[in-house]
Amino acid sequence: MALDQSFVGRAYPPTAPYEVGREKIREFAEAVGDTNPAYTDPEAAKALGHSDVIAPPTFVFAITFKAAGQVVEDPQLGLDYSRVVHGDQKFAYKRPVRAGDRLSVTSTIEAVKSMAGNDIVDIRGEVHDETGEHVVTAWTKLVARAAQEA
Amino acid sequence: MTAKISYADVEVGTELPAQSFPVTRATLVQYAGASGDFNPIHWNEKFATGVGLPDVIAHGMFTMAEAIRVVTDWAGDPAAVVEYGVRFTKPVIVPNDDKGALIEVSAKVAALLDDNRVRVDLIAMSAGQKVLGMSRAVVRLA
Repeated sequence: MALDQSFVGRAYPPTAPYEVGREKIREFAEAVGDTNPAYTDPEAAKALGHSDVIAPPTFVFAITFKAAGQVVEDPQLGLDYSRVVHGDQKFAYKRPVRAGDRLSVTSTIEAVKSMAGNDIVDIRGEVHDETGEHVVTAWTKLVARAAQEA
Repeated sequence: MTAKISYADVEVGTELPAQSFPVTRATLVQYAGASGDFNPIHWNEKFATGVGLPDVIAHGMFTMAEAIRVVTDWAGDPAAVVEYGVRFTKPVIVPNDDKGALIEVSAKVAALLDDNRVRVDLIAMSAGQKVLGMSRAVVRLA
């Protein structure tokens, strides 16, 4: 079923702040096998000019994707999540995410398309810290594959 | 932000040191926990094949995280990456054995931009297939 075009431009309320912890960053860096000391050693991060350890570039996806759940699970939009795959992902950073950040995400539907029976939704997540400073923007393209019998 | 590579020292075509990243079932379980993405296609073979996949596949975001290491290791400061985007073209298939899969990443400078920035284009392969498309980063050099 084609998705409703009128959802383009719809913005969802900002999420409750996610507090970025040093040990969560360490856990993520270890999971991807990345030993860059900027992720685990505050002194190494400071030597690079950061006030605390920073997160690997894709760390913030866990936060923005959870926020995108508001869109994915919006019953009015009617996306079939059991058929959703991740199409594209992009980030634009104003500054790195760092330990101590309290990040809030505002998700907006940028585009809704139907192509060859697939439903495609582009979601933009604007991430701000608790002072209101813009930290990073994440763009996520989700594709709900056409039902097989169609 | 203090990249260890100087803008003056690169040109279009400059290659970054290529790297290969092994991924096993254990890697995927660890990444699921760290990222909070517990989709069973990344750890449950029965579920994965039941939805038409050939086997368990790696998280696309895991592959994205590995690929950018070629850039962050080169630049030194991960904060040098100001933009990063990919398209997930093919899955990384991870068999249930002690070898798993290998993600091979190469990258080169594709364009010189203003403000000491360069565009780096990445290629990520696994089992002879291109697993990321349109994989590009904008990096601010010293």
